[in-house]
Amino acid sequence: MEGTPGRSLRSAFLEDGAVSRDVVVPEYPELGLIAFASPHDPEPSIRVEDGRIVEIDGTPEAEFDLIDAFLAAHAIDPTVAEEAMGIDDLSWARMIVSTDVPRTDVLRLVEGATPGKLARVLSLLSPLELMQAMAKMRARRTPSIQGHVTNRIDHPLLIAADAASAVALGFRELETTVPVLRDAPLVALALLIGSQVPAPGALTQCAIEERLELELGMRGLTTYAETVSVYGTERVFLDGDDTPWSKAFLAASYASRGLKMRFTSGSGAEVLMGAAEGKSMLYLEARCLAVTRAAGSQGTQNGGIDGINVTGSVPNGMREILAENVLAALYGLETCTGNDTQMSASDIRRTAHTLPLLLAGSDFLFSGFGSIPTYDNAFGPSNFNAEDIDDYMMIQRDWGFEGALRSRDDATLLPLRRRAAEACRAVLEELELLTFDDAEVERVVHAHGSLDVAQEQTDDTATAGDAVIERGITALDVVRALAARGFDVEAERVLEMTRQRLFGDHLQTSAIFDEEMRVLSALTDPNDYTGPGTGYRVSPERQTEIARVRQERTHADLLAEQAPHAGCVTLQETGPAAAKVRPDEVVIGVSPAFAKEVWLTLSGVTVGEALRQLLAGIEEEGVHARVVRVTHSLDLGMVGWTAATLSGSGVALGIQGKGTSLIHRADLPVLANLELLSVAPLIGPEHFRALGRNAARHAKGGKPAPVILPESSAAMGPRYHAKVVALITRESACLEPGPARAVEVSWPS
Amino acid sequence: MAELSYPLGEHHRSEVRAQTGRTADELTVEAVRAGRVSAQDAAIDPQTLLRQADFAERGGNPQLAENLRRGAELATFADDDVLRFYDALRPGRSSAAELEEIATALAAGGANRCAALVREARTHYLRRGLIS
Repeated sequence: MEGTPGRSLRSAFLEDGAVSRDVVVPEYPELGLIAFASPHDPEPSIRVEDGRIVEIDGTPEAEFDLIDAFLAAHAIDPTVAEEAMGIDDLSWARMIVSTDVPRTDVLRLVEGATPGKLARVLSLLSPLELMQAMAKMRARRTPSIQGHVTNRIDHPLLIAADAASAVALGFRELETTVPVLRDAPLVALALLIGSQVPAPGALTQCAIEERLELELGMRGLTTYAETVSVYGTERVFLDGDDTPWSKAFLAASYASRGLKMRFTSGSGAEVLMGAAEGKSMLYLEARCLAVTRAAGSQGTQNGGIDGINVTGSVPNGMREILAENVLAALYGLETCTGNDTQMSASDIRRTAHTLPLLLAGSDFLFSGFGSIPTYDNAFGPSNFNAEDIDDYMMIQRDWGFEGALRSRDDATLLPLRRRAAEACRAVLEELELLTFDDAEVERVVHAHGSLDVAQEQTDDTATAGDAVIERGITALDVVRALAARGFDVEAERVLEMTRQRLFGDHLQTSAIFDEEMRVLSALTDPNDYTGPGTGYRVSPERQTEIARVRQERTHADLLAEQAPHAGCVTLQETGPAAAKVRPDEVVIGVSPAFAKEVWLTLSGVTVGEALRQLLAGIEEEGVHARVVRVTHSLDLGMVGWTAATLSGSGVALGIQGKGTSLIHRADLPVLANLELLSVAPLIGPEHFRALGRNAARHAKGGKPAPVILPESSAAMGPRYHAKVVALITRESACLEPGPARAVEVSWPS
Repeated sequence: MAELSYPLGEHHRSEVRAQTGRTADELTVEAVRAGRVSAQDAAIDPQTLLRQADFAERGGNPQLAENLRRGAELATFADDDVLRFYDALRPGRSSAAELEEIATALAAGGANRCAALVREARTHYLRRGLIS
């Protein structure tokens, strides 16, 4: 291939890469396409008269829009305002990060700060400082995680089974939504049932239109709500069909029914709705979060959310996202920190978006990890999805951070999925809503996603959903049906979720139930991070759990494939090897464990076949061959060089049990060689033969062209390194001092 | 309820009562199966919400406390009324007079904080020309 004038092949290659499908833009402050510090952001200010806030960020009371007015009335504490606003930006920034300033001191000052002030302060923090701030300022000490459980056909049994899988993996909040609104009651019901199968206490939510969402909550079919959206400009707030007061009333409505609730916001939303008023994303988000706190919401879902791709398109977009999360923590809110929308076509870029937050910790690391396949995510793809679960477990293992998930194998998951599907089917039958046959249950149990089940999108689910509403079905009906059909444990757990409403403990900031139904909240489990040795620490037991991933192999596992090939060649040792038997010979030095403890090379060629090919290559050139075993070293250079010192031609081959081979000559330094095949997984029979041939040609004084292994960009290290270490331990176990030994080679007949 | 400690479900499981006066312990699967439990037996009592408001206040979040106090006021209103009041506060749904009626209805039901919230909304909706 040739480049065209002015365009290199490298550029052509890069332009074809996944990240080139992401489109980014320069900053356009007038459109709100700017992460921090728009020239149109106001100068932070506050004015208090007679205990009343009469100016916020340059806007006098008479010109307050709905948001300003709401903040003046409910958000900003006039008794702290002048103190908080009088601290210079850099001192503020340092207080937020410093482990010497208690979290509660910072929270007190935030009560007197304006959105403009806080946005400006956070723009001063580096990515690392934002991580530190998140670790220090988030409300709950123990991080948790929320998962999306949806499917493209609103299949209730699949929802139940996937809910059970999600809880088994560690998700403590499950969020669903529906492609068809009328399906919502049935999907919420299925989610509730499935969520209580593996363990009690996971909270469930159905994200739909505000009024119906509240109604499902009132019936106990959901146990929390999240999609209570707020916006940073008045026009977008109104376009969202609410005002700060209607949202505050909605928050009180949820509280009145004993339902947990959090607001949601996130940068980019105002840009998408065409009315960012030229303000920076962080400034508008600061206004959203101030409204959230002012309305009495215990928490927020933020950090881009639906607008993540807008934020991702501008410079410093991801730093802005993390700053939003920190800001939520500064307002004392439960942080349910996004990562719930695919941020990039590039795996590297989307991982880079999420990783800093994972390492810093959050009340909920994801406001929806897609626990189901990407194609089934009715919210659209999350930034991490079912396809990425093992990657996530591995990253959690690498860093030893609390990612709140754990590996579970099919032996654990399948019975739980079956129980969930069966329980859900029983309830739907008992309530005369829908029926499913055994074969469909079976498919649901084993399904990766909705493409693996038989049911198509049908109106039956919607009709059953209508019936749930019309007949006034509540969580108590679910309890009754579960108990009637023998699902006593699930009946008790669903009823316990209903009982918990009488206590209202989960209405406090950052509250979740653990698997023993203990409340973890800002009151029982407050974040007490003040530097090394404080705050949440992964316990030794949890470290062990985190370490156990699907890909983990013991040395016994790794070596198991060796045994079937034992005896593929026999090397009979006959005493010390002779030196320089004839001038036209090539000596083959084999490593200590070759054909003794190690029988299969990394490429899958047996050691017998590798040796046969080396010998055949030498024979093709009419050169004599001898085999010796080197036992005093497993280093390939030493094995080959030792053989070379015994060779009449001075030329030798060296080979280890894993297949790595070289050609050596006695007059070279030990660590040099004539030719080396180092990438053992790529060395096939033909390469061993060619290497034997080349050794013979060197012995005859020739200058053969070296053997070239096929090119490969595959990641050999991570795939083979553990096996290499296991094989090396075997070579090492066979080490013995003393001279090389002559061996007689024989093959099984 | 005198001095109560958080979490109520842990420390005061047998003392906390639903609006009907029944305790959580009385909400058993057997009672549900026998049809002896109504939705109101699972309705949080205003007093409990006020206790939670105190916990929130002591935890340093007066706004959350205020929300829980508003929730306590709304706890005894019917679902449909709560949904209707919420709808009425959304943009373009009500006139100033209608919002005043709602505030009056809330106050009549003892929901003075909620009434104040609605009146405050009315003031600012009028000032910003949202309603007339």
